[in-house]
Amino acid sequence: MDNKGLFTLLRKQSNDTLELAAMLGFLVLCLAAFSAIAPGFLSAGTFRSMAFQLPELGLLTLAMFIPIISGGLNLAVTYSANICGLAAAFLVKGLLMSAGWASLPIALCVGVGVGAVIGVMVGAMVAYVGAHPILVTLGAMIFLRGLGELLTRGGDISGMPEAFNFVGHGSLFGIPMPMLIFLIAAGIVLYIMQYTKDGFSIYMSGSNPEAAKYTGINVNRTLMLVYGLSGAISGLAGILMLARFNSVRIGHGDSYLLITVLACFLAGANPFGGFGRVLPLVVGLMSLQVVASGMNLLGASQHLSTAIWGGFLLLVMILRSPFLKKN
Amino acid sequence: MTELAIRARSITKRFGGFTALDNVEFELRPGEIHCLAGENGCGKSTLIKIINGVYQPEPGAQFDFSGQEAVGHITPSSAKRLGIHVIWQDLSLFPDLSVAENICFDAFVANPLRGIGRAQKLERAQKTIEQLGVQLDPKARVGDLSIAKRQLVAICRVIQAEARIVFMDEPTASLTQKETETLLQIVRRLSEQGISIVFVSHRLGEVLDVCERVTVLRDGKLVGTFPTEGMTQKKLSTLMTGKELDQTPRAGDVDGERMLVLKHLTRRGEYEDISFDLRKGEILGLTGLMGSGRTEIALSIFGMTSPDSGELRLDGKEVKFRSNRDAIDAGVAYVSEDRLNLGLDQQQSIADNTASTVLKELSQPSFFLNPKRIRELCDLWIEKLKTKVSDPMLPVSSLSGGNQQRIVLAKWLATNPKVLVLDSPTVGVDVGAKAGIFEIIRNLAKEGMAIILISDEASEIFHHTDRTIVLKAGRVARSFKTSEVSEEELEGIINA
Repeated sequence: MDNKGLFTLLRKQSNDTLELAAMLGFLVLCLAAFSAIAPGFLSAGTFRSMAFQLPELGLLTLAMFIPIISGGLNLAVTYSANICGLAAAFLVKGLLMSAGWASLPIALCVGVGVGAVIGVMVGAMVAYVGAHPILVTLGAMIFLRGLGELLTRGGDISGMPEAFNFVGHGSLFGIPMPMLIFLIAAGIVLYIMQYTKDGFSIYMSGSNPEAAKYTGINVNRTLMLVYGLSGAISGLAGILMLARFNSVRIGHGDSYLLITVLACFLAGANPFGGFGRVLPLVVGLMSLQVVASGMNLLGASQHLSTAIWGGFLLLVMILRSPFLKKN
Repeated sequence: MTELAIRARSITKRFGGFTALDNVEFELRPGEIHCLAGENGCGKSTLIKIINGVYQPEPGAQFDFSGQEAVGHITPSSAKRLGIHVIWQDLSLFPDLSVAENICFDAFVANPLRGIGRAQKLERAQKTIEQLGVQLDPKARVGDLSIAKRQLVAICRVIQAEARIVFMDEPTASLTQKETETLLQIVRRLSEQGISIVFVSHRLGEVLDVCERVTVLRDGKLVGTFPTEGMTQKKLSTLMTGKELDQTPRAGDVDGERMLVLKHLTRRGEYEDISFDLRKGEILGLTGLMGSGRTEIALSIFGMTSPDSGELRLDGKEVKFRSNRDAIDAGVAYVSEDRLNLGLDQQQSIADNTASTVLKELSQPSFFLNPKRIRELCDLWIEKLKTKVSDPMLPVSSLSGGNQQRIVLAKWLATNPKVLVLDSPTVGVDVGAKAGIFEIIRNLAKEGMAIILISDEASEIFHHTDRTIVLKAGRVARSFKTSEVSEEELEGIINA
């Protein structure tokens, strides 16, 4: 009977609270487990390295999250990031090598801008052609990959000014720059999604586009915004990768693609759109990183942590099933 | 005395602490058309599920089928062996299978290994279709058929499965008046063949028309079983709700200023040369059969489609809407006939649905959409419209039909409209809740709102409108003051 009482108590909470609580519990569990089994896990060094590694996946996941809420998917996030990095790298290498620090904001604007343009075009395809987002973004993904490989001849463009090194490896107020960028981006996405009318429209269009249209929401415009935002964040991820590796190579980060989808679903985003919050997503990403870093510290294969990530998603689905049934 | 098809006594069912049925009795004669009436949540579905073996009643219940006492539990399969079938409102058909495959489905389930062949299926289906005297192509894909035809497939299916007793849950909810009549004819034919039919329906008119007796439930208790002879709609709704409903027709003389004027409005293939005015404080009934253009006209007034020619004037100014957003901003609100898919986002919360039409207003003056303001708006309208809501953060789908419709009204009233278009606002809403919805609508008219009520139920148009426009094949067939005709005349005009 005690179990039943706990269950009713849980069911009374809103889904948002539950997802956040679940992800926090998950993070604490991972932290506790690795502190127990991995010697030296609880050190500033570990956390610093995590803070440098997480943001790439984190930004790409944010870029995936918004289209998922709208009931779609953006398979082009990683290659959009590559193309944006490439555009910035070409510009910097061609014109701005002597510009010093000024090259940075220009590269940032170009990267994010190119990403947004790609995204808006994808969004327009989804909205006005009416093709399924998986098809449109798959086309865009393959197109961008081919285009990028054509432009780089399969090699990489490297050698960025010193300023990029600071973005990739420096710290501000003791917080690693990549982490700072990720947190700011997550904050902006959280604000847009949960506290603006555009975000509200994204959720409504995601769960029932027809009803949204009848309510007076411009669903087509919303879709362009969705993919535009997704593209812009991908662009930001591209610039961050450029700064971290001091180079751009097409295909960098493509192994993250499905992990970003996994992270969204892990944090409770509904695969059919309309539901999912930013905060559980950020916390969920942190626990994935804890697993990866912890396993690394134990000297286990990187592939094992990938396997564990997948296992986590399966486990979470099982734990979530009694709550899904209530609808 | 003939043996009863079903005699069920002392049926009680509890779900946790909630008593869904309290010592209910139910009798059905062979070949009888019987109605099970009551408001939503009164226990009708529970009773059907018990007789059908889906739920087990509390100990002490007694069942006789055709004079024989049932021993042990009734299960869904033993109920089927007794010839008891239920056609649920969603019909439970397989949209991707053919009509013949659907009709013969039970034969297949009974013997999955030696399934019957294609030719045999077609033959059996054809025989059943002829037996019922209906028009169906056995090879057609069920998903391509209209709702009315699917209903016929569902009926054929239970007949093929040798049903003796058929429960039909809201069979006419999504049918037009004409389709309903066809269905009722078939039901009468079945009863002549000795099959008992139990109707569950909110449409009291047809209940009284077709049924011999009616069993009324209220709050899980049996009110009684009555012959329909001498029963009136008013009496029946009083039995169901336990309240006298006020349904005085409207006087019909409204002389407010012209709020909406249509002049020769035409959209090819949908409606032609439509002209009428709607005054402040007036309720205008727009009626006609499905496909007469009533919804299409409403969608043009709401800016979802643009007319090819003609003029639309709102509050004295000519308007040309490019989208429904323009129409909403200009003061038009449209309550869709399809509440489940278009009127509300069923999965999203009650609060979010209420706020969804006024996001811009709620975000002013900054770019911040405050969840607190959404809640305040929602609470305000819940109170104003007396909606029964336990928690505004729950999904809208958790509410009953009547309360959902109040949320739809709330979300449109929040836009402060000048013209409110209500497209079949009482579909799937039970009697008591219907009266509540009309009370709201009449009060809005009293406050000066201009209202168009689209409906094909004569009693709604008769009781709640000032003027009536009857559409036929996209044109205005007749236009008159509602009080000039009687309810029966109106019924005839609509179905002519």
